[in-house]
Amino acid sequence: MSTLLAVEELDVRHGLLQAVRQVSLEVAEGETLALVGANGAGKTTLLRAIAGAHRPAGGRISFDGRDITSLAAHRRVKRGIALVPEGRRLFPNLTVEENLRVASAARRSGPWTVDAVLEAFPLLQPRRHKRAASLSGGEQQATAIGRALMTNPRLLLLDEVSLGLAPVVVEGVYRSLAALLEGGATIVLVEQDLARAMGVADRVVCMLEGRIVLEGPRGGLTREQVTEAYFGLRKGATA
Amino acid sequence: MTWVNVVVHGVLLGGVYALLASGLALMFGVMRIINLAHGSLALVGAYMVFLFTEHVHVSTYLALAPVLPGALVVGYLLQRTMLERSLRAGQLVPLLTTFGLLIVIANLLQYFFSPDVHSLDEGNIGTASWQVSSSLTIAWFDVLTFGVAVVVLGGLQLVLRFTQLGRELRATAEDADTAELVGINARAVYARATAIAVATAALAGVFYGMRSSFDPNAGAAQLLYAFEAVVIGGIGSLWGTLGGGIVLGVAQSVGAQINPEYFALSGHLVFLAVIVARTAVQARGLPFALRRAA
Repeated sequence: MSTLLAVEELDVRHGLLQAVRQVSLEVAEGETLALVGANGAGKTTLLRAIAGAHRPAGGRISFDGRDITSLAAHRRVKRGIALVPEGRRLFPNLTVEENLRVASAARRSGPWTVDAVLEAFPLLQPRRHKRAASLSGGEQQATAIGRALMTNPRLLLLDEVSLGLAPVVVEGVYRSLAALLEGGATIVLVEQDLARAMGVADRVVCMLEGRIVLEGPRGGLTREQVTEAYFGLRKGATA
Repeated sequence: MTWVNVVVHGVLLGGVYALLASGLALMFGVMRIINLAHGSLALVGAYMVFLFTEHVHVSTYLALAPVLPGALVVGYLLQRTMLERSLRAGQLVPLLTTFGLLIVIANLLQYFFSPDVHSLDEGNIGTASWQVSSSLTIAWFDVLTFGVAVVVLGGLQLVLRFTQLGRELRATAEDADTAELVGINARAVYARATAIAVATAALAGVFYGMRSSFDPNAGAAQLLYAFEAVVIGGIGSLWGTLGGGIVLGVAQSVGAQINPEYFALSGHLVFLAVIVARTAVQARGLPFALRRAA
């Protein structure tokens, strides 16, 4: 499998705080990578830097062999990178359908249309013309994922899709994602729930204080190893 | 019957304010920019049409054909070169930038066109009117102005509601960072919004120039009325802006009927009353849709 995304020695700062330190990472086409780590480990910042929402202070990001480090976020969408941001970030006064349609601005062709999204997330069908602000958490999350899919991405970045949702709703969201995964999509997801992350991902990367402290394939890591790295009990472990 | 006449004229006058206010409301709704130069840009439109009628000898209406596309270009460039940079420096800076622009435009107009008053020819329709009854006469030109205001505001509303540009404008207005993440070029969307706003300003300026004479400093006063119309109507709502213009127009017209000196004053008083009432309602914690989706 060829490398789709390559991150080299990336530094990202929030003012004086350095959220991501010297992170290097490669994601192959068709791979599902899970980023795990405690709050403040730099996972969200890393995803946002890949999507172009946050300019890195140093390092390089390349996508499909081309350097995209200084490319604006909307141009990265055009290349095929889509982020489902933490907290959904829907446009509250637009309807579900408008939230989906607005994401066709990048004009990437592909299988995802409004009808295809509504088919993949049947719970949205009756809410199609409702304002996004009036949706339940699960419906909002489905809309946010659908909105990202509308750009027909080659790389889908999912930031804490289960945050603030009831377990049964999370189950539904992941069931919809399973269909995507089987379709061969390339996905990087941030997930607090270790078991779930290790359940869906081909590879798990654990971050601590802005650095990657543990990395390995799904079968090659034990829960204990990840837990130790997660809390920083043993630094520098590599499986 | 006199009062009916007064109110009808007030409503029609409201169309003039609403036409100018539409671009102001659009820019504020999308970018949170209060464009203090909006009235001045309207005047530039009027002066450009004046140039065409004087030197190319076309009618005022025909002169709109080159001037409106020109205004779109000016608006686009204004956003890309000046307002975009100002926006990056915080909310206060665009206010200062557009205030500076207001002064520069007034001085340039004075330099090129002298401080003398000018006016635009409104054609045959200018003198035609409809005698409804002995005390109620409606000038066709006023009806035309009002109609243009309704078409512009309605057209903007339809664009916002049903087109991809409209969805992009609303999405960017709500959350520009997230708009970028779904593939929208937020800065290009802003530039398009300003382009549309400046074109509507130019159109409003031309109708203003046909209604009454104008001089290089008329921009500020026109801006004030447009601003009042936007605030009375509820910031960010286009139909509200039309309503606000009508309320302002009727207030001025009724005030002037009581005493001609009260024309401007009564409008300002209604404007203040609306602000005070709205603040009082908000203070009591009642929900009040001050900022609805455009």
